[in-house]
Amino acid sequence: MSNTVHHSVVDRENDYIHAGYGLKSWLLTVDHKRIAILYLISITIFFFVGGFFAFLLRLELMTPAGDIVSAETYNKLFTMHGVVMIFFFLIPSIPAVLGNFLVPLMIGAKDLAFPKLNLMSWYVYNIGGIFALYALVNGGVDTGWTFYTPYSSTYSLSNVVPVVIGAFILGFSSILTALNFIVTIHKMRAPGLTWFKLPLFIWASYATSIITVLATPVIAITLCLLLFERLMGVGIFDPALGGDPILFQHLFWFYSHPAVYIMIIPSMGVISEVVTCFARKRIFGYKFMAYAIMAIAIFGFLVWGHHMFISGQSVYAGFVFSALSFMVAIPSAIKVFNWTATLYKGHIEFRTPILYAFGFIGLFTIGGLTGLFLASLATDVHLTDTYFVVAHFHYIMVGGAVMGYLGGIHFWWPKMTGRMYNEAWAKFSALILFVGFNLTFFPQFVLGYLGMPRRYYIYPDEFQVLNVLSTAGATILGLGYIIPMVYLLWSLRKEKNVGTNPWGATGLEWTTQSPPITHNFEKTPVVTGEPYVYQEEEKVVE
Amino acid sequence: MSQHVIPQKVYYLVFVTLILLTLVTVDVAFYNFGFLNIYIAMGIATVKATIVALYFMHLRYNPRLTWLFAGAGILWLFIMFVLTIADYITR
Ligand SMILES: [Cu+2]
Repeated sequence: MSNTVHHSVVDRENDYIHAGYGLKSWLLTVDHKRIAILYLISITIFFFVGGFFAFLLRLELMTPAGDIVSAETYNKLFTMHGVVMIFFFLIPSIPAVLGNFLVPLMIGAKDLAFPKLNLMSWYVYNIGGIFALYALVNGGVDTGWTFYTPYSSTYSLSNVVPVVIGAFILGFSSILTALNFIVTIHKMRAPGLTWFKLPLFIWASYATSIITVLATPVIAITLCLLLFERLMGVGIFDPALGGDPILFQHLFWFYSHPAVYIMIIPSMGVISEVVTCFARKRIFGYKFMAYAIMAIAIFGFLVWGHHMFISGQSVYAGFVFSALSFMVAIPSAIKVFNWTATLYKGHIEFRTPILYAFGFIGLFTIGGLTGLFLASLATDVHLTDTYFVVAHFHYIMVGGAVMGYLGGIHFWWPKMTGRMYNEAWAKFSALILFVGFNLTFFPQFVLGYLGMPRRYYIYPDEFQVLNVLSTAGATILGLGYIIPMVYLLWSLRKEKNVGTNPWGATGLEWTTQSPPITHNFEKTPVVTGEPYVYQEEEKVVE
Repeated sequence: MSQHVIPQKVYYLVFVTLILLTLVTVDVAFYNFGFLNIYIAMGIATVKATIVALYFMHLRYNPRLTWLFAGAGILWLFIMFVLTIADYITR
């Protein structure tokens, strides 16, 4: 660590950003905060790549006819949209950016347990990304992000192999990050910081990491088996070779349902921090919140068969998976009710991050409850593979996970950069996002219920009005993503303009300067009190 | 932390055992034990996995917390098998 800053006389430049200059100081850094920034750049690029595909999809669906792209191209567009958004954006988003930045700061540690593994995970991520980008420029892939066999293993003529290798490699970057978080949270908490004093974001990161290390190896093996069959004709999933295509679905969803929780649980952690900060109240039912996170993580492993009700899975298994799926609603509801109870009689301050939290709570509730329609055996038969499913998971993934991610970025941006963004623009774009999101995806619930199947590039004329609404919404939504890019980057042009704790929040990350020094704290903090002691602070103010 | 130093002999012994068990697996494949085939193959595989975990992965010399995580891995494998088989045997 070269801590000798050239003009260290100026106190404000003594931070992790100024701890070294030049590209090399970034590309070889082992500082968790700098790695978080590297991840932020990588995933933002992929987010806009995935968004571009979404834009083309919605453009094609403006009219019932296929007028912009061919059926084959359309298949590739929705596949690449899904692959990029899920594997390259949503899975790493909060853990690799906010988690990397905040986990050591929140527990009073100098860094993660394995700083070099942390840097390695970023490189592994990018190597996976290169495979995906190669496939993309080489003509794309058309299997859907789910890579269902036997189409992916036998029939598809597109770039299945590079994309699958890319996703396989990417899994290791998630595992490295998760491993780092687990060891760090177990071993490196500040003196006095016991488990039930941890911020809920740490609980969320911990639960997510547990899911990641338990589930990701399964998808890695499954993708390997897929490659064995496709490249060497080893019969695993192809019935002609003595395999079973439904086995692929079991293995795939054993990972991919928990992966939904890898994407949403970190957001729940962010929302807990934001809600209690801006309601100026302790979180309602802290222990229940922590238990609920762990319960969601564990129940999440018992429900994967709800993706397979009409796949040929046995009726008995369908029944079991349906019943288990309903169980996940209980801890999810605990979280929503406790956030609401935290807001109740709070002194709510309408700053930007809590607008995202409000968006999250509402949209996650709609997404979660429509999930119950799909977890019910009978209604699922009607709704499977319709736009109802598309709307449902976008409410969870975009309305939930992305809202949480952006809320978190806005909440911790002053800590990460030392600069406050323009809040008028930020509030405006939060509003734009909420309106654009609902206009895009609410009509899709109706379309699905009326019977419009997903993954088709043409549709009957009577569905056009709703599709045009959805495309219009997507345009507004796109604007809502571009505006924050502009004002956040713009804020970097300003002089450092925030103090240690601009929101008056609790939590160790707010006790060190913004942006923090390379080793986070001048001296290791000692924790004596509970988390979220907002009420005491309020009494002082009044 | 596994600061415990394991004599090289142990590693060689484990390696030889693994090779021997592999040879047994290959040999056994030439006989037909009926329904026992799968149990024999899986049994040998389990023994091999166990000694790899205990010695090569140092589980034997590690604290309880590491055992908890290793145990969780096995429990999760069990969940995967049970719920998947619940489908296969009721089709
Ligand atoms: Cu699911």
